[in-house]
Amino acid sequence: MKNNTKEKKPIPFSPTVTSFFEIVAGLTIFSLGFFKEVFSPPYEFAEIKKHIDELGIKTLPIVTVTGFIIGLVLAMQSQPVMSRFGAESFLPSMVALSVVRELGPVLTALIFAGRVSSGIGAELSSMRVTEQIDAMEVSAVHPYRYLVVTRILACTLILPILTLYVNFLAIIGGFIAISLSQGITFHQYIDAVFRSLQFSDLIPGLAKTFVFGFIVGAVGAYKGYNATNGTVGVGRASTSAVVMASLLILITDMVLVKITVIIWSQ
Amino acid sequence: MVKVSNLTKSFGDNLVLDDISLDVKTGENAVVFGRSGTGKSVLLKCIVKLLIPDAGEILVDGKNVHSLKEKDLNELRKEIGFLFQGSALYDSMSVKENLEFPLIRNKKEMSSEERDEKIKQVLKAVDLENVIDKMPDELSGGMKKRIGLARTIITEPKLILYDEPTTGLDPITVKEISELIKELQKDLNVTSIIVTHDLLCAQIISDRAIVLNEGKIIYDGGLENLTKSDDKFLKDFFTNEYSR
Repeated sequence: MKNNTKEKKPIPFSPTVTSFFEIVAGLTIFSLGFFKEVFSPPYEFAEIKKHIDELGIKTLPIVTVTGFIIGLVLAMQSQPVMSRFGAESFLPSMVALSVVRELGPVLTALIFAGRVSSGIGAELSSMRVTEQIDAMEVSAVHPYRYLVVTRILACTLILPILTLYVNFLAIIGGFIAISLSQGITFHQYIDAVFRSLQFSDLIPGLAKTFVFGFIVGAVGAYKGYNATNGTVGVGRASTSAVVMASLLILITDMVLVKITVIIWSQ
Repeated sequence: MVKVSNLTKSFGDNLVLDDISLDVKTGENAVVFGRSGTGKSVLLKCIVKLLIPDAGEILVDGKNVHSLKEKDLNELRKEIGFLFQGSALYDSMSVKENLEFPLIRNKKEMSSEERDEKIKQVLKAVDLENVIDKMPDELSGGMKKRIGLARTIITEPKLILYDEPTTGLDPITVKEISELIKELQKDLNVTSIIVTHDLLCAQIISDRAIVLNEGKIIYDGGLENLTKSDDKFLKDFFTNEYSR
């Protein structure tokens, strides 16, 4: 009997695994390009300022609401538990520490990713499929420097500022919840907050927002800049940018928390 | 001006350009015909290094495009204009900003007043002075092509590559744009390579016709002989084009 079985080439990994490693490698190389290009002239200061303004204005309303609600809900949720242990007086400190060290930076970054990463992905992918990026390249303008570096830099610089703003609003939100239930004055609340907060609480939380901002900008730009398949590619770039940026923020946060715990505990 | 030698380009298993060679002389207007997917746009993109060929050499103004360093390549690109099929206007910028963009970056010696003057001049050349503050999405297809053309010529390039400059336009606009291209070429004395399906456009602009089929150049000569050719492919192709 004739053997019809064709000899198949061995596939070392499934296509999903291969595609995962392709994305990781692609994103890493793409992001490393930033460090090479950010110091190369011409410096597009006007573009960076424009993006900072746009990104700030775009995200301000949503982070304002979120920041305020984080503090409010955190205080409201924690109050019954804290009172069960007779630790109600620690409520302002607990709200401040949770917000400044973890909730503020991570939630702001996630909201920022949802709002900005998708926007950058959609904008750049639309420019890619309509040949605007090619047009830029042909007119002797470095598109990566003009489109990508400026956006990543704007994201990296604006997210820490937004986080400080969210932290402030969350602490105010916490005050409203606690003052309504415990009748605490603003002076007492702020005093308790600042007695518990140390410099070592603020710095790690704020430092990681620079990394998160970089991730949001880099992922959005990577997905948009490398988009294919016309308008379908635009939609895909926009949604996958949000998913990938959010996931990377959470994974990076886990790593950075571990690092800061090691550094600050010494 | 442009010398292409043994150019080969494929995408995966699809061989798009198969060892093609051509020489376009300074001041010449060469029109490239061919069915969709025969590599006409790929040829243009290889000339400006938007695509890297698998093999072959491309010389523009005596410089080997694919062996130039980034800085030298950009210097060369300043001498080349490229009109994209969809115009590729920057949609986040107004018409004025679109035209200003290459000037700010490539003509740094120009003052703001000189730039404004130049913008007015090219807008007058394409007969669209009244749209200077409009955004690209407020323009019609024909207007976009004209503004794209204005952006292409604003830096006064020596070589202009046109990727289907009249696709999707009505015959009157095709004639207008083709005449405009011809007029601009005469005034600026540039070399042009025009990729098109449009015989009307080619008849107005071309000095020379090149036909690509299955990755090879099957005709290179005058447009008159081309339309009278006995070759089956050429006959079919141009009869169908005429009968549209």
